[in-house]
Amino acid sequence: MTHSTQKPRKEPAPGMVEKRGAGLWMTHAIMILGVFVVFFPIWLAFVASTVTQQDIVSPPMPLLPGDQFFANYKEALFSGVNVPVMTMLLNSLVMAIGIAVGKIIISLLSAFAIVYFKFPGKQIFFWLIFLTLMLPVEVRIVPTYEIVAGFGMLNSYGGLIFPLIASATATFLFRQFYMTVPDELAEAARVDGARPMRFFKDILFPMSRTNIAALFVILFIYGWNQYLWPLLITTDPEMNTIVMGIKQMFPSGDDVADWPVIMATSILAMIPPVIVVISMQKLFVRGLVDSEK
Amino acid sequence: MEKRVTFRGWLLPLCLIAPQVLVSAIFFFYPAGQAIWQSLFIPDPFGLSMQYVGLGNFEYLLSDPYYRASFVTTAIFSLLVTVVSMVPALFLAVVADRLIKGAGAYRTMLIWPYAVAPAIAGVLWLFMFNTRVGVVSWYLGHLGYDWNHVLNGGEAMGLVVVASAWGRISYNFLFFFAALQAVPKSVIEAAAIDGARFWRRFWTIVLPLLSPTTFFLLVVNVVYAFFETFGVIHTITSGGPQQTTTILVYKVFSDGFVGQDLGSSAAQSVILLVVVGALTIFQFKFVERRVHY
Repeated sequence: MTHSTQKPRKEPAPGMVEKRGAGLWMTHAIMILGVFVVFFPIWLAFVASTVTQQDIVSPPMPLLPGDQFFANYKEALFSGVNVPVMTMLLNSLVMAIGIAVGKIIISLLSAFAIVYFKFPGKQIFFWLIFLTLMLPVEVRIVPTYEIVAGFGMLNSYGGLIFPLIASATATFLFRQFYMTVPDELAEAARVDGARPMRFFKDILFPMSRTNIAALFVILFIYGWNQYLWPLLITTDPEMNTIVMGIKQMFPSGDDVADWPVIMATSILAMIPPVIVVISMQKLFVRGLVDSEK
Repeated sequence: MEKRVTFRGWLLPLCLIAPQVLVSAIFFFYPAGQAIWQSLFIPDPFGLSMQYVGLGNFEYLLSDPYYRASFVTTAIFSLLVTVVSMVPALFLAVVADRLIKGAGAYRTMLIWPYAVAPAIAGVLWLFMFNTRVGVVSWYLGHLGYDWNHVLNGGEAMGLVVVASAWGRISYNFLFFFAALQAVPKSVIEAAAIDGARFWRRFWTIVLPLLSPTTFFLLVVNVVYAFFETFGVIHTITSGGPQQTTTILVYKVFSDGFVGQDLGSSAAQSVILLVVVGALTIFQFKFVERRVHY
């Protein structure tokens, strides 16, 4: 059903069911209103990131941008509250790319093994991997935390990345895809005496490129938006990711929060995933539909 | 499903599958096993020894009014998030579907919130409704409504629901829009020729055709509300006031890390594990049916 995203829409019969004239304007008006309502929180955050603290703490704050854009973003990026936002952005980038790339690599390989080989214990491994689909990290936080602490991986990229790679969604996606690859290709490769890894490298991997890209978009956003896990294992501000670091920027007690800097940080935190989603919209929709199936 | 053509050998496939199996074993199976094991014990007050209590933790939890309240809170929260995110999404998708030109531009604008992390969404909505500087709460105050989600449990719930549902509107919109585009134009036109007006066509033809998508989104949104909204709750209310927004996942965190009650937290993890398992099986059964649709 959802496959049809990419299908071109059939030419409509003129004037039969589509709105025209006043009705068409009504339709546009509703859509614009919808976009406005959905977009308002982001707009407000952007405005807040361009005005002074004084503008905000004496409500109502203005609804149009001020002239403090450079001052606020400079302060956020290079000083921040606990740690420069630049550092947090870098940490988030390493984590998101690490999770996306790590998950794609291990799943490409294990799906290849499951689909193209017969080996002892294959079914057991298959079901073990299948089980990992079931349990989000939120549910097993305490024991996972203890393990990562035991490995001395608190406040490290390894600790941020590895526990979130342990899930089988990507493996299943690639397994599904490999099953659709014509058998003749593997047969031809075998007749030619090509080794399995050569077949993987020269034929299977290039064929999977679109799937890999679509999956990368989804996994990048998944990794970037993680909150609970980084909150637990990064006690050192230098290792904070931007999404979890924002909460740490709020003062405890009754002090007034530094809203312009916090809002500038919020905007900075959403820019990378928004760029990825918007610029790769087609791939993104496809990845979403594939990975949720 | 098996491939006809497979490669020979067993060492290579074992090596290929090893990374995934290792990561899953260390960061998934071991912690999950630990959670089940720990749920059978109570640590002494000094954390020096563990006392075996069998199912004592579970019995205690199920008779604990706070835990039961948290179950009810989670049910209400998930239901509200699902409704608040699906109804506007369906409405916007239906309106956008009537447009021949320009629907793509609206889609691009509406996708944005999906890329915003739940925790950031929490910060944005907190900013709008902040009791001291929030724009919306200020205007509400001028209309004579005294907004205070810090003290009022109902308002706190409303705020976390809207903040959680916001990003999901984009997600649901994408799926509804794709499904609507797949509805055969000829069916709609036939109904139009028979004199069925827009809303009649919608209720009798379009909505039934959308039911697989609707059902799928229902399950996915409930799973989201259960497990991925931690960031929203942690940034906006921290489970308060008086635990009115403490959903189950938040309670695992607050009992396990803040309260250091490891036995109870582990037992809660196991209960959640059962819930996820049930939801996953439910979802898979449904997906099986959807393939034949």
